[in-house]
Amino acid sequence: MCGTCGCSDQEGGVTIRRPGDPDHIHHHQHSDGGHDHGSHSHGHGSHSHGHGSHSHNHGSHSHGHDHHHDEGQPAGHTHHDAGREIRVEQDILSRNNLLAERNRGYLEAKNITGLNFVSSPGAGKTTLLELTIRTLKADLDFYVIEGDQQSMNDADRIDATGVPVIQINTGSGCHLDASMVNRGLRQLDPASGSILLIENVGNLVCPALFDLGEHRTIVIISVTEGDDKPVKYPTIFRNADICIVNKIDLLPYVSFDVAKTREYAQRINPHLQFFETSATTGEGMEEWYEWLKAERTNSRS
Amino acid sequence: MHELSIAIDIVDIATREAAKENATKINKVDIEVGTLSGVVIEALETAMTEAIRDTMLEGSHISIHEIPAMARCKVCRHEFKIDDWLALCPECGSPENEVIQGRELRLKTLEVT
Ligand SMILES: Nc1nc2c(ncn2[C@@H]2O[C@H](COP(=O)(O)OP(=O)(O)OP(=O)(O)O)[C@@H](O)[C@H]2O)c(=O)[nH]1
Ligand SMILES: [Mg+2]
Ligand SMILES: [Zn+2]
Ligand SMILES: [Zn+2]
Repeated sequence: MCGTCGCSDQEGGVTIRRPGDPDHIHHHQHSDGGHDHGSHSHGHGSHSHGHGSHSHNHGSHSHGHDHHHDEGQPAGHTHHDAGREIRVEQDILSRNNLLAERNRGYLEAKNITGLNFVSSPGAGKTTLLELTIRTLKADLDFYVIEGDQQSMNDADRIDATGVPVIQINTGSGCHLDASMVNRGLRQLDPASGSILLIENVGNLVCPALFDLGEHRTIVIISVTEGDDKPVKYPTIFRNADICIVNKIDLLPYVSFDVAKTREYAQRINPHLQFFETSATTGEGMEEWYEWLKAERTNSRS
Repeated sequence: MHELSIAIDIVDIATREAAKENATKINKVDIEVGTLSGVVIEALETAMTEAIRDTMLEGSHISIHEIPAMARCKVCRHEFKIDDWLALCPECGSPENEVIQGRELRLKTLEVT
């Protein structure tokens, strides 16, 4: 099965649609048992999808964890024939990183600012984008890529603000990757000088590993989800540029220590810049808008 | 679970590299995973079992080596093992350090026939 799209079942496939598009456009070619993620950024080679006929299960015998090699001949384990050794020495994420650089190059060539919004499910990404767009769309040109496992809900909400949006449904995949964004960009075709807002799948774990080609990563935490988020999900805070603490209108009702969160997060990443907002009341949004406008102005060189 | 997409990337890279060398079968794969890489080794093991089916790696020996994370103190230059991004220097207590090892996610070697 494919981890990007989980397309052992059709419904799990990655789809990209605009609001109002008639149907599920499937970008897979399942007929030949091969695999095509559309952009051909990663051919899956001999990887096929049928599971039915395989009753056997060659486990991956993983040793290690203890950092010493398993070169001996463990009892009861017939060791492999002396094969040739190939020294690969390749970063496993290198292909995603390469494609992310291509996306970045595309954005830079068109003088577009790309922002990647990551958070736990429900922290307020879409609400914050809606308010931002409604408030600033007279001054700034926005394009949006929405990432969710299923549904057009978020794209429809953005569509209602009147800016171009595309929905990527990742199926069983729990993050956007550079190839999905690459395909999304081709369909969205954002104008030069615009701001590309990418809402990642609600998840604080894997989006940290997958560079999309954005210029800034923005992590949103809401005050209802506990002030120890940076401690629990350090990788994402390490890689982010901006941290928005959202739902501050609810601070009177929850025990969330904003100062503590900042302290933790800044120990993990001293360069992290903070905003405190309520995307429903608008409180604190002004500073965020100023940052966004400045970001746009700075790239206009 | 991102470990599955990572496992599939490993299979892709390994298959391509083996094909370049005209190999027909991959017998062994060595992978390095740093403790701060964001990948859980147990989850990667499970994902690999899934990802190698019907590939050149089917039945191969997947060897995953955990690389402990190390940091260098920015104040006293002491190098020490860390478990997370919040570690303090055991020598001088400073929280300022740079991670020098532990973010690896590498396909090291293949053994092919
Ligand atoms: N009180 C309060 N509620 C908020 C705020 N921002 C968002 N919400 C609410 O939180 C819920 C989730 O908001 P969304 O914007 O859909 O969150 P999301 O991060 O886009 O969620 P996913 O896309 O599902 O990951 C909605 O009911 C919002 O109205 C806020 O600042 N204050
Ligand atoms: Mg949303
Ligand atoms: Zn994921
Ligand atoms: Zn020190």
